[in-house]
Amino acid sequence: MVRFILTKLLYLIPTFLGITIIAFGLVRILPGDPVLLMAGERGVSPERHAQLTAMLGYDKPLVMQYFSFLGRLFQGDFGNSLSTNKPVLNEFLTLFPATVELGLCAIFLAVIIGVPVGVLAAIKRGSWFDQISMTSALVGFSMPIFWWGLLLIIFFSGYLGWTPVSGRISYMFYFPNVTGFMLIDSLLSDQEGAFKSAVLHLILPAIVLSTIPLAVIARQTRSAMLEVMGEDYVRTARAKGMPRRRVIGVHALRNAMIPVITTIGLQIGVLMAGAILTETIFSWPGIGKWMVDAISSRDYPVVQSGLLLIAILVMVVNLLVDLTYGLINPRIRVK
Amino acid sequence: MKKLLIFASALAMSTAVAEAKTFVYCSEASPEGFDPAPYTAGSTFDAGAHPVYNRLTEFVKGTTEVEPSLAESWDISEDGKEYTFHLRQGVKWHSNDSFTPTRDFNADDVIFSFERQANADHPWHQYIPGLTYEYYSSMSMSELIEKIEKVDDYTVKFTLTEPMAPFLANIAMPFVSIVSKEYADSLEESGNMAALNNAPIGTGPFQFVNYQQDAVIRYKKNPDYWGTAPLIDDLVFAITPDAAVRLQKLKAGECHLMSYPAPADLEAIKADPNLQLDEQAGLNVGYLAYNTTVEPFDNPKVRKALNMAINKEAIIGAVFQGAAEPAKNPLPPTMWSYNDAIEDDPYDPEAAKKMLEDEGVTDLKMQIWAMPVQRPYMPNARRTAELMQEDLSKVGVDVEIVSYEWGEYLSKSMESGREGAVILGWTGDNGDPDNFLSVLLSCASADEGGANRAFWCNEEFSGLLSEATRTTDQEERTKLYEEAQVVFKEEAPWFTIAHSTTYVPMAKGVTGFVISPLGDYVFDTVDIAE
Repeated sequence: MVRFILTKLLYLIPTFLGITIIAFGLVRILPGDPVLLMAGERGVSPERHAQLTAMLGYDKPLVMQYFSFLGRLFQGDFGNSLSTNKPVLNEFLTLFPATVELGLCAIFLAVIIGVPVGVLAAIKRGSWFDQISMTSALVGFSMPIFWWGLLLIIFFSGYLGWTPVSGRISYMFYFPNVTGFMLIDSLLSDQEGAFKSAVLHLILPAIVLSTIPLAVIARQTRSAMLEVMGEDYVRTARAKGMPRRRVIGVHALRNAMIPVITTIGLQIGVLMAGAILTETIFSWPGIGKWMVDAISSRDYPVVQSGLLLIAILVMVVNLLVDLTYGLINPRIRVK
Repeated sequence: MKKLLIFASALAMSTAVAEAKTFVYCSEASPEGFDPAPYTAGSTFDAGAHPVYNRLTEFVKGTTEVEPSLAESWDISEDGKEYTFHLRQGVKWHSNDSFTPTRDFNADDVIFSFERQANADHPWHQYIPGLTYEYYSSMSMSELIEKIEKVDDYTVKFTLTEPMAPFLANIAMPFVSIVSKEYADSLEESGNMAALNNAPIGTGPFQFVNYQQDAVIRYKKNPDYWGTAPLIDDLVFAITPDAAVRLQKLKAGECHLMSYPAPADLEAIKADPNLQLDEQAGLNVGYLAYNTTVEPFDNPKVRKALNMAINKEAIIGAVFQGAAEPAKNPLPPTMWSYNDAIEDDPYDPEAAKKMLEDEGVTDLKMQIWAMPVQRPYMPNARRTAELMQEDLSKVGVDVEIVSYEWGEYLSKSMESGREGAVILGWTGDNGDPDNFLSVLLSCASADEGGANRAFWCNEEFSGLLSEATRTTDQEERTKLYEEAQVVFKEEAPWFTIAHSTTYVPMAKGVTGFVISPLGDYVFDTVDIAE
């Protein structure tokens, strides 16, 4: 097992270097110059432009800029944001818990609903439940997130008044940031109603963000289950007289979970993409919105370091997924 | 679950009632920082300069007239080069957990606030690596201010390199907010210089409490405020980037006032009995700038003919949905010296066609540039360009619409020899006509790096402008600017499109909010009815 983990970790090194090149290159391929965007309609004189470009180090050849970026990375320096002048790492660490909290809740919703629905749809293949749930999944998968979020806000917050419109907690509550996770901090604050307010604020964005992963997980579980249910060993188990529930719950589900876990792992990337829109609609102070703002103002340090940090995160999650396979299926470990 | 939700929202509401004097403003963007000097965004000034700080002079609420603030009065020398400010006494600085002021505001603070921006070797010039002072630099303050001297603790003398009438308006702008030298010294000592930007100490109506990045900013009333004390106890900025969501929050009672409603929502807001909608003509202009250095656009008659071929009213209706005034001058009507005697070119395609033929212009092909972003002065440039394209095709002009990414648009549109006409606009910084005319239309601004996208250099026009900055007599200046607008109209370097209206939706029961022509959101006079 240790060797398995070490090999996986070794693979991360070239991937990491590749990502630094992509993250660095991507934002520079985009047309648009951060200095000009800063000046806006007013314009900037050529001397001032040259001066600012030199101050930011963007007058040097790209290769040199890249190696100085890489050099600073190894010292743990992710650079300073051009718009706020704050260290990128600080901003990331401040905003990241909000995204994680929302993402975890969304993936939790997606799994606890998606897996049972998929299993049930597979068992009752062709039934009305199967048809309705799979059609809903298709609709969910194709849902334009921005529109969906606004629709939920207008209905649940505007019309019914059940949930707050946006934000992470009511402004009436004010307590220090301990963990950055609002659910935990609100409990720690000991203020009456704070936790409930935090939960209520989380419901709609979590539903919106979970929509696409939920649909994907439900469909993937269904097809994996159907495949496994057709296997010889399932038939054999049934023939031996084992109860149906046990065959499905133990023999079939465990084997069907491998592709499902892969899917869940891959959904982390989808979650990050969804977080960009979800966070913007729900005024959720996370890294999705932060990255969008940085891209539109060509904030090179934020975009390149932000992308890098997110990519590292996705790599770590994928590594964990790989390790989970090993737990579920010992054959993978041996290979 | 349903029961739980209802219970919890009822609970949230009862807490809300208990704290009545908290005013929540749904703002559109996060502040870049709280030190106003290095930044340029309006949302940054709304969060820092206006609630927390004061300036030597300030704008009278709702106008662009300058009034005394931290400077109680001033004397201007005969030659217009020396400004002596007499400072207000007894003005207290805010305090926070790490700083308690030992003295009141004085001349040292004024000198510090200017010098840290002017002098690149000043220890506070780069207190955060990478800071630049874009307003100080683009308003040419360094070239303008020769020296600043402390006469005594409450008197400061500025010596200018040339007479500059807009100087008093320039120093009312957010970037020269007065910061505390004593606070800066204490931060320097403790090695926490970045706190000047994160934990601001000012003299303004509200004290900064806390900022949760991209989410909430909190302020409390400054109990020792030298001016009229605010009527609310706590001020909260709820950062809500999407306009539709801001409106939902306003409707749900989660905020009292919002910025920048979507034009499409205005009717619904007017119809909502729980909301009120304030409006004021904005201090802005949207325009189409011809390249006056390229044939046939170097001929004023051709430009005039094209202007007559475009149906302005149709653009106001379709693009601005009526929320704008047709523009005939480069200056907006809320600006002093606006020349209302000028008549706009009539919309007359027949006459326009004839004029073009008379000038020997047939089968003209041109580009119209449509900017890719929305601005208050131009909600939809693409649609505007399409309407122009249609109108111009009726007089035989074949228009191709082009667009670029915003940063590229700004730079390419300033390249000399540029083809075609560019849609762009301007929002005033300080309410001085010079801030429109010199920035956008003077000979100096036609050079590379300027903002004169018509590349229009008219000696007479520029001469009038520089004469107007050399005199401090407002009446005389007004006459000069009025004359300049006549020259502009005759020469027609632009097709002036519109001055858009600013709308501010707020809850019923909110009183005392005054729309600023400069687009600032300031809350020291607001109140909420019980």
